[in-house]
Amino acid sequence: MNEETLQALGAKIAAALPGAVTGTEVQNGELVVRTTREGLLQTLTVLRDDAGCRCTQLVDITAVDWPSKPERFEVNYMLLSVSKNLRARVKVTTDEDTPVPSCVPLFPAAGWYERETWDMFGVFFAGHPDLRRILTDYGFEGHPLRKDFPLTGYVEVRYDDEQKRVVYEPVKLTQDFRAFDFMSPWEAMTDVQLPGDEKAVIPLGASLRDGSVKK
Amino acid sequence: MANPVESQIKPYTMNFGPQHPAAHGVLRLVLEMDGEIVERADPHIGLLHRGTEKLIEYKTYIQAMPYFDRLDYVSPMSEEHSFVLAAEKLLGITPPKRAQHIRVLFAELTRILNHLLNVTTFAMDVGALTPALWGFEERELLMEFYERVSGARMHANYFRVGGVHQDLPAGMLDDIEVYAAKFEKFVDDVEGLLTANRIFKQRLVDIGIVSGDEALAWGFTGPVLRASGIPWDLRKAQPYDTYAEYDFDVAVGKTGDCYARYLVRVEEMRQSNRIVQQAVAKLRQTPGAVKVDDRKIAPPPRGDMKRSMESLIHHFKLYTEGYHVPAGETYTATESPKGEFGVYLVSDGSNRPYRCKIRPTGIAHLQGVDFMSRGHMLADAVAIIGSIDVVFGEIDR
Repeated sequence: MNEETLQALGAKIAAALPGAVTGTEVQNGELVVRTTREGLLQTLTVLRDDAGCRCTQLVDITAVDWPSKPERFEVNYMLLSVSKNLRARVKVTTDEDTPVPSCVPLFPAAGWYERETWDMFGVFFAGHPDLRRILTDYGFEGHPLRKDFPLTGYVEVRYDDEQKRVVYEPVKLTQDFRAFDFMSPWEAMTDVQLPGDEKAVIPLGASLRDGSVKK
Repeated sequence: MANPVESQIKPYTMNFGPQHPAAHGVLRLVLEMDGEIVERADPHIGLLHRGTEKLIEYKTYIQAMPYFDRLDYVSPMSEEHSFVLAAEKLLGITPPKRAQHIRVLFAELTRILNHLLNVTTFAMDVGALTPALWGFEERELLMEFYERVSGARMHANYFRVGGVHQDLPAGMLDDIEVYAAKFEKFVDDVEGLLTANRIFKQRLVDIGIVSGDEALAWGFTGPVLRASGIPWDLRKAQPYDTYAEYDFDVAVGKTGDCYARYLVRVEEMRQSNRIVQQAVAKLRQTPGAVKVDDRKIAPPPRGDMKRSMESLIHHFKLYTEGYHVPAGETYTATESPKGEFGVYLVSDGSNRPYRCKIRPTGIAHLQGVDFMSRGHMLADAVAIIGSIDVVFGEIDR
């Protein structure tokens, strides 16, 4: 589906939902619909039931953590329409405390996807029938995919031979965790004038080697 | 019997797995049983959770590649495929034709690899041992092809952003051709053991029926969706690489039960074999590079590095810093053997992915085990798990 068709479709969706949709765009040939928490279910319903979209399949739900933004979590709903051969991505933002309405009544598949988003990011889904952790260990604390959660985690497990059970202990690193800064100093210094650089600048009007004149 | 009121059977809870040969890995299934009948199935997953998505956020794009092999370790290259396509989309590059054909060739060999394991171990789950023995022998031949292009039998790390790591070794196409010519006979043999087998059919027909609408609502993809009568295949609908140039059919089931899922996979093996044969022919006519000609993304040839300082610098920068991907985001999905395997890649313009969400295929199918197995016998739950083709490497990530 080409870009214009998607843009037209996005405009149509935005027009159908004046209060709910806050913006639509086409990114890398993919339709993105931005909405509010209040308008989320309405937007998903229209995308699912509208004759021009028919996005009957919810492929995935995930979140992205942007800690510097006022509402740090951006929850994404990947929708797929098998009959129209169309993909759409619905975005809604939230913070640690504000729940997002659960879309399990619309798409039963959302059950585990929302559980996973809750487990990994701590985004709360209001009205979810069974919002338990799904991927992490029983009794796990924290939400690992948040940017402020360290890569190494907080606890490690080991089998204790004396107690005859697995015990949890604070992580002990034998080598410090190393983070490299790859922002290259050379690329960052393109607009810096060092002493002597002025000699390399060819003045306007000077004749060049190939016979032309510097403009 | 003393008093009929007091002799009611109390429903009891049963733990299936996590160490059970029919659980296909580390699935813990908590079953609420009424006698032999499953009343509710609650799969507990995450026993193989390794934090792949978090790890990828701390690696460069090149370093992130090997993690994809280890997701679905039964079909490694198909997982790589989604990631390289997503990164290529953000970078705005297209690999050379030959590289695309090689990727299609190996994606299809991988599909055969995956279906061979699934079909044969599925048969083992319901009591047939011979297909598994035959299938593993055949899989070993395919893994030999993996080894010849990448050096590793399973965790190939062969696809690269911008192409593939190396061209095929000499004589490889001839050997694949010989293999493909014999493969049809092998599928016939397996089908001879299973398809019309009375016991096999008794275990599968009318077990775990999923209607087309149910399959869509529960997010099913791949063979499980197609077995329910929905002719949806990303290779046809949203072709990537050179799939549009290939001639193949999409296998669609009618009944949506375990038997239909088996039949769809068997037919897909035959169709994949067709694509493999076409890919071999196309590769013979498509010489050329297997990587993009951009030294900021693909490493220079080894020979150049001995003579050219610039090549040496490129090589060093590429394997330490990697490449910076323009800020943006994409959800790119491919038709992996198990279904839609998607990568949601968010870049902030640095050399590491800001977020890399992996959309596993099996998670949706496993979620459906609850509604599929309700009212069935315990042994049928085993058949249902076998038929949805779950691998915990990708589900738990």
